[in-house]
Amino acid sequence: MKNHTLVVTLRDKPGVLNRTVSMFRRRGYNIASLTVGHAERIGISRMTLVVESEDVEQVAKQLYRLVDVLNVDDVTDAPTVEREMLLLRVEANGSRRAELAALAQVFDCKIVDVDHTTMMLEMTGTPSKVDNFIDIVRPFGIAEMMRTGRITMVRGLSLKKELHAAG
Amino acid sequence: MPDTRTGAQIMCEALIRENVEIIFGIPGGAIMPFYHALWEYHDRLRHVLCRHEQGAGHAAQGYARASGRVGVCVATSGPGATNLVTPIADAWMDSTPLIAVTGQVSTAVLGKDAFQEIDITGITMPITKHNYLVKQIDELPYVFKEAFHLARTGRPGPVLVDVCKDVQQARSVPNWDVPIDLPSHRPTYEIHDNPVLEAVKLLTEAKKPLIMAGHGVIISGAAVELRELAERTGIPVITTLQGLGAFPQDHPLSLGMPGMHGWVHINRALQECDVLFNIGGRFDDRVTGKAPTFAPQAKVIHVDIDPSEIGKTVKAHVPIVGDARTVLKQLLAALPGGDVGQDSDPDRDDRGVGQDQNPDPRNGRSPPEDWLKHIREMQHLHQPRQHYLKRPDTDNLMPHEVYAALNKVMHERGNYRVVTDVGQHQMWAAQLIDWRKPRTHITSGGSGTMGFSVPAAMGAALACPDDTIWVICGDGGFQMTNQELATMKQEGIKNVKVAIINNGYLGMVRQWQQLFEGKRYSHTTLSGPDFALLAEAYGLRGMTVMQQQDVEQAVNDAWDHPGPVVIDFQVEREHNVFPIVPQGKSIGEMITEAP
Repeated sequence: MKNHTLVVTLRDKPGVLNRTVSMFRRRGYNIASLTVGHAERIGISRMTLVVESEDVEQVAKQLYRLVDVLNVDDVTDAPTVEREMLLLRVEANGSRRAELAALAQVFDCKIVDVDHTTMMLEMTGTPSKVDNFIDIVRPFGIAEMMRTGRITMVRGLSLKKELHAAG
Repeated sequence: MPDTRTGAQIMCEALIRENVEIIFGIPGGAIMPFYHALWEYHDRLRHVLCRHEQGAGHAAQGYARASGRVGVCVATSGPGATNLVTPIADAWMDSTPLIAVTGQVSTAVLGKDAFQEIDITGITMPITKHNYLVKQIDELPYVFKEAFHLARTGRPGPVLVDVCKDVQQARSVPNWDVPIDLPSHRPTYEIHDNPVLEAVKLLTEAKKPLIMAGHGVIISGAAVELRELAERTGIPVITTLQGLGAFPQDHPLSLGMPGMHGWVHINRALQECDVLFNIGGRFDDRVTGKAPTFAPQAKVIHVDIDPSEIGKTVKAHVPIVGDARTVLKQLLAALPGGDVGQDSDPDRDDRGVGQDQNPDPRNGRSPPEDWLKHIREMQHLHQPRQHYLKRPDTDNLMPHEVYAALNKVMHERGNYRVVTDVGQHQMWAAQLIDWRKPRTHITSGGSGTMGFSVPAAMGAALACPDDTIWVICGDGGFQMTNQELATMKQEGIKNVKVAIINNGYLGMVRQWQQLFEGKRYSHTTLSGPDFALLAEAYGLRGMTVMQQQDVEQAVNDAWDHPGPVVIDFQVEREHNVFPIVPQGKSIGEMITEAP
């Protein structure tokens, strides 16, 4: 089964997230990640959903049955910008701190907290860059980790090309 | 402040604005303000006090299925609301337009496990088109407007509105002019020309075509257009369980019901056909059997108003999202010979279909005559095994003798509707009665809810006061909801007759235990009261019939009796529904008799 990235625009009404996720559970669609937040217009939210499915068209149709869903785009194969944020608490004391800080710089990471035995790092990047960083840092010992899940937006030129082609 | 209303009054007025005439319910603490206000509107809004909220819900469904209008049921919070869950789920599965109004605890205590507080909006989320929890009085006008709009448009379905008690008690000036704001809910009624032309090409060039008509044809009021399509193309017509009545079964092109308990010749025809035109059906698993093996030779044209049904279980070669009647009209206009224009009066009564004489079905365009001839030959070959005969080894009343009498008398007298319960009797009714008009066959299909029939018949009886509503149920289903007989008595509902096919078993389960589980009748033997006596205890008429020679007389007597009647038909206990396609098998693998 393939992972599909869907960008869903919804009305920001009480319970809309619950309805969406409940529907996925009921239909057996597995959610790999989900992020949601306010969109550019008041009363509208936008969700980036990564779902494992053999029939993503059916997933989209079931989403459209929900009264609060306004639009569903499958951006899996579209040129997109994808970002995910990571907070990581890593074991680091004495000499290890310098080593960790150097690695952090390579990955454009910020050190946001320090205590006697650990350092907290903040990183933003594509989901695969985040995956790589976690791998690299794992030998130090990860005390705690939190990922946001990705947000995705289609690149402008490809959108405009579509609009142009549609005439 | 002359224009202010309580929330409860606004709710009543909202219902009246939606042309609601009858509601079914039971009062309780959290819905008391609504009931207090209801009393003021009693000349415009009739309330039927039921005996169980499940009965109220099924009654609202029966009302909706018989009339095509939105059915409304009302309950209090907590257990009142949860008792509505079964009928709401049933309406969800069978696309019935239903509004369920529930009282909810006051906003002050919401979320704190108050007395009779239950999260009914959470519970019914997966089984409603949408639902609402009203915490502000100003929301009431547009919530009700939206709720009714959703219930009755596109694919109909249930909507729940949960109203907090303090909202019912608050006062405000209602704003009725708030427009419906549902930007995403735009059901497609008409379609572009391309799929129409593709469909027409397939239908007119097919050598072995079939039309399969489902519930959507009845919901859409498309029986006349369906008949015209069949007659102009000469294509034989199958009707699913929920489509029974969409095409008259005494028509030369009518075949009958497909699927798990469909006749042999129909399932064989499906497995041999080269084009299948499914209009208004959803390829339910009871029809398809094992889906990947269904109609293997066919190019499928699937017309449904709900896009998510297309391609869900069966691949559609020509998918058409649209309203059945509108699409059929477009197809008819695109057929060679043009739009031969039948009656297009929107107010016409579809129940007239089947009464007039059958014109020549082959209106110039038809598939090779061999195909229908071949199907009829298969039918003839299997008829002796399909048509249930009197068993020589028993004198007991056979179920089929009851159906034969019912069928005969119903067609002699006319003006009838039938509401069935769930089980063997339901399948025999589907198979053995000649269904000719839409909305005359009302049954719980997708959910298969036992106990549906008696309360649903009550609702149908109120929707159709000039018709006689026959309930056909089993002794199992009857015992689940028969307390609504008391409601019928209290409300003076006279036009309901109940035929219990009483075999002292949960028959369908027993049949499966016999055929597939080595006759282990685990907890399917069922006792019950003397049903005729029970009816009399309710103040109604009861009859017991045990012999074939008494059946027709009993049916006629019941029909003539000026009030509800319960007939206890005590039938042969172990008898099976055939054919049967075992679960998970292809519809080609039918069992036609007990091994």
